[in-house]
Amino acid sequence: MALSNVLEAPAAGFNFENSSSVPENNLYVRVNEIHQRSVVFSSFFFPSPVFYPLLQDGVVLGADTRATSSEVVADKMCSKIHYMAPNIYCCGAGTAADTEKTTDLVASNLTIFSLNSGRKPRVVMAVNILQDLLYRYRGQIGASLILGGVDCTGSHLYTVGPYGSVDKKPYLAMGSGNLAAMGIMEDGFRPDLELDQAKQLVRSAIQAGILNDLGSGHNIDLCVITDRGVDYIRPYQESQYKDHRTNKYRFRQGTTPVLTDTVVPLELEVVEEKVQQMETS
Amino acid sequence: MNSRGLRSQLKDSVPVAGFCPQSQFGVQDSLRGGFSSVKNELLPSHPLELSEKNFRLNQDKMNFSTLRNIQGLHAPLKLQMEYQAARQIQRLPFLQSSNLALDTLRGSDDTIGFEDILNDPAQSEMMGEPHMMVEYKMGML
Repeated sequence: MALSNVLEAPAAGFNFENSSSVPENNLYVRVNEIHQRSVVFSSFFFPSPVFYPLLQDGVVLGADTRATSSEVVADKMCSKIHYMAPNIYCCGAGTAADTEKTTDLVASNLTIFSLNSGRKPRVVMAVNILQDLLYRYRGQIGASLILGGVDCTGSHLYTVGPYGSVDKKPYLAMGSGNLAAMGIMEDGFRPDLELDQAKQLVRSAIQAGILNDLGSGHNIDLCVITDRGVDYIRPYQESQYKDHRTNKYRFRQGTTPVLTDTVVPLELEVVEEKVQQMETS
Repeated sequence: MNSRGLRSQLKDSVPVAGFCPQSQFGVQDSLRGGFSSVKNELLPSHPLELSEKNFRLNQDKMNFSTLRNIQGLHAPLKLQMEYQAARQIQRLPFLQSSNLALDTLRGSDDTIGFEDILNDPAQSEMMGEPHMMVEYKMGML
């Protein structure tokens, strides 16, 4: 009876109190709701080829900059290439908040690791942490990521799906525009590309996605990671459809005329005055 | 960190209680909890609810069971004894403890997960009534 006053501390982590169970025949409604809540990064990124060993060893990642919320563009200049470690960057497609938060979490874990051990993190470590995390939540975290980086064992490129699947390839594309991008990649990829050729290839692939997919658009960002450092080029190519405002829309002071002006003073009276000595010792 | 699951080690999951209506006198509190339905109370409403509730317990179970297979019975027994001891280190009944010893034993003191960011119990807005909590702990209630 009085047990209702004894508090059970809420468990840390996700709180499912607000989720309601939906009967099976309303599955359509449920899916619709999810889309409206999320901002989807329709994107594709890309990662690029490992260069010919005699030349530089590195990875080129590219992404567009459009974030959509159903049919409306939510963000024209969003940044899809996230930082994970000084030598590891990650492109994220799927639900915007999920990719941001998950990459932040993994970045924090990698930083803690490198502070603890004094070593630079490896790309496989980030992949393992991500895979465990996403598998634990059974795909409810909608993050499809492409990780690329250069560490002491060389350059690597991995993709992690929302359910925790991992793939390691020389070139990858993810997101809604991945079909168009993959076509360009399959055609143009050679194992011995130079840096400039690789950048051009990535650019063309993303351009194909921008032109042929509604969920991708605007600028192209590139991130080149080599063992000498990271070159984050934002933007690498700007969209040709920028809007130019022809007028200034600020109004000068006094545009709206004041017709009447009424001032009402608020009368307050002191009801009670109490002085309490403060203990300052 | 996470043990790559050996699902065969997981014979039966921990039964879940706690879906009863949360209010005084055991009646459904419509103002705070919404309308009640038997299905909502018996079954979890989110696919992850059960698995998240039992996640740590299941993970510990799997870890202990693999440890037992590799190193013999004594290893998990000794570890479980240490876990029990670390679990006893708490603050007053109505205050949140950091569980530092338990975290260190588990190895989760140098990892950050969603349980460190979301719904941190140390920052919850509700606190149990101190006298009630102490009496409950003492068994006087």
